[in-house]
Amino acid sequence: MKRSFSICTHFINFIPLFLILILAGCGGPQLKKDSAEIGRLHNVTDIKGEEIAQLTDPPFVPPPITRNYSTKVIVDLEIIELEMELADGVTYVFWTFGGTVPGSFIRIREGDYVEFHLKNHPDNKLPHNIDLHAVTGQGGGAEATYVAPGYEAVFNFTAINPGLFVYHCATAPVGMHIANGMYGLILVEPKGGLPKVDKEYYVMQGDFYTDGEYGESGLQPFNMGKAIKEQPDYVVFNGHVGALTGERSLKATAGETVRLFVGNGGPNLASSFHLIGEVFDNVYIEGGSAMNHDIQTTMIPAGGSTITEFKVEVPGKFILVDHSIFRAFNKGALGILEVDGEENKRVYSGKSEPGIYQPSAEAVNLYKKKRGLPAVTREERIAAGKTLYDVNCAACHLYDGKGVTAVFPPLAKSDYIDGKPDKAIGAVVNGLSGEITVNGVKYNSVMPKQALTDSEVVSVLTYIYHTFDGKEVNITEEQVKKMRK
Amino acid sequence: MKSFLWTVGVVVFINLQLHAQNEVEHNNMQFIAAGKYLPLYSGNNNYKEIKAFYIDRYPVTNYEYSLFVRENPDWGKNQVKRLFSDKGYLKHWDDNHSFDNRLKDSPVVNISWFAAQKYCECQGKRLPTTDEWERVAAAGLKSADGSKERDFQQWVLKVTSSAQPKPIPAVGSTKQNFFGVWDMHGLVWEWTYDFNSSLSSGESRGDAGSGSNLFCGGGGAQAGDVENYPAFLRYALRSSLKATHVLQNLGFRCVSEVKVQTGRK
Repeated sequence: MKRSFSICTHFINFIPLFLILILAGCGGPQLKKDSAEIGRLHNVTDIKGEEIAQLTDPPFVPPPITRNYSTKVIVDLEIIELEMELADGVTYVFWTFGGTVPGSFIRIREGDYVEFHLKNHPDNKLPHNIDLHAVTGQGGGAEATYVAPGYEAVFNFTAINPGLFVYHCATAPVGMHIANGMYGLILVEPKGGLPKVDKEYYVMQGDFYTDGEYGESGLQPFNMGKAIKEQPDYVVFNGHVGALTGERSLKATAGETVRLFVGNGGPNLASSFHLIGEVFDNVYIEGGSAMNHDIQTTMIPAGGSTITEFKVEVPGKFILVDHSIFRAFNKGALGILEVDGEENKRVYSGKSEPGIYQPSAEAVNLYKKKRGLPAVTREERIAAGKTLYDVNCAACHLYDGKGVTAVFPPLAKSDYIDGKPDKAIGAVVNGLSGEITVNGVKYNSVMPKQALTDSEVVSVLTYIYHTFDGKEVNITEEQVKKMRK
Repeated sequence: MKSFLWTVGVVVFINLQLHAQNEVEHNNMQFIAAGKYLPLYSGNNNYKEIKAFYIDRYPVTNYEYSLFVRENPDWGKNQVKRLFSDKGYLKHWDDNHSFDNRLKDSPVVNISWFAAQKYCECQGKRLPTTDEWERVAAAGLKSADGSKERDFQQWVLKVTSSAQPKPIPAVGSTKQNFFGVWDMHGLVWEWTYDFNSSLSSGESRGDAGSGSNLFCGGGGAQAGDVENYPAFLRYALRSSLKATHVLQNLGFRCVSEVKVQTGRK
């Protein structure tokens, strides 16, 4: 292309430039590079020079590409089968690209011509290959790279489409190779690169199937039955439980921008990727060119990816989870982004005042409407009072009203309420907290105010005095109303 | 049903008789009676008829191979022709004849297909076909079809996919199967005569549609038993090989169709 331009005369060159100026001035829809064109062969351009790809172990990624031309990139990736930790005290024989799970991160540029060397370490037991989803061609390279232990395979491809792509082993039985950790990410940066950010990290989810249940110690072999049933014992980020927690947490400082390159190796589960306490400002949907904004949780299919970008505004521990949440709580799908730096109370205050929640009058009124007609006769009041007592009071004061010494004060034969119905009414309608003495014993706890109507308060107290003290006390709804604050 | 059981009984009886008879006549080879087995890539229950043969009870050891090299100096560590083997042939040996004595009874590895086949030829034998080898390997500890022996199957998957023990243990250190043959699983991979006849494209998910009945991985559409993962691993390994390849964990054993007296071991 370049050459043909250089032999053009000046006035031919001038015409397209002129047209572009006119179009730009129209204010109509402009042709975007990312529009939905089909076929990206125009990305195959002249190749200048040659370089060796710098590969990184997770959670790190190679530095952004700064060159503005396509080059020949040599990628050297070694397959290593090795025993590593899957969780504390639990080991597993992982099959890896580059000695880590996920495998080494590869970063190239749209239009680059890649010479890919796949080396199967001689100590390995099995043949392997690689299918890079970034590759256009048979098997994504799987057929071309099928290689026995102790041998090396080489193939070439041009990265036609930009995006964040999964690579994985595709040797039979393919599920087992993936289940054992054979996946990673290759980023094909768009021409012009990605916007500059302060921190970039590499996170990849995977599910694991072991003979032993979660946490059962020792070397755990792959369990085919569980894999076929898609019932993993482990769902983890970056190859083992705790790979991104404690000292290995991802780090950032308040005010910095962060980009996460996130993949999902599977083999079975799709991920509901979520970062607790953050909203993703940008999500490159499925690792492609379309962008979504202000996202809480993004789906990552097995064999798929996403790129998320956000600014960490305040310090704290932000937790990466698969929001299919039992996986986070019980199977290990949990990581931490630890943010230090200055607080910003305007963005997030933290916990201000601990306190007791006293429901509002509106809530009490809502409650009333759901109740039936009030009790009228003494018998009705005692019957209704029993039900109210059992539901609202018995959990603490117990069914016999004797309470728990020094914890929950007694109602039966209680010098605190005996002959002092107003005290009883006050406790019910307003709640009670702080130190009190009942029958010589100190109590210091909290009784929330009860959402009862005036009539219900009359009923429950009538029941309490009648049943626990054998006294028939006359309490009126007027008395209750008066006590309400 | 009754007649089926009766037939099984007779077969077992004959088998036991042959077993006893061959115990005497062939110290180091095991007679495998003609019979049917279900190859991995057989579609639905297409059992295959396998003629009778004798198979080495153990993989060939370093010591046995060293005797062969003595008689056939062309196959020495430093003499072997590059046409017949990649670099790394017998690389665990010190020179043409000596190796760490602890490996004497361990299976010989770092052997190309040409070398393995030549060794067998010189014994009046040959490498087993993949069908023959797989038929013997399909046996469990208690029956000729081990697919129903769950514990055994789980053990096979475990040893097939776990790391290679180092140094490689002696032959006869794993399990003896129903036929009386040792180490079909968990010691080393083994060459077969037609190892690449089941050549997969290396693209395990695409082979189902390639017109080949022999290999299919991910979809397993043509596999007789899609849960036989160890067999998938073995077929995948064989398919990745060329006849000149030498691997640190790839050995062999021989078979013959007639009785062979080797007088060794």
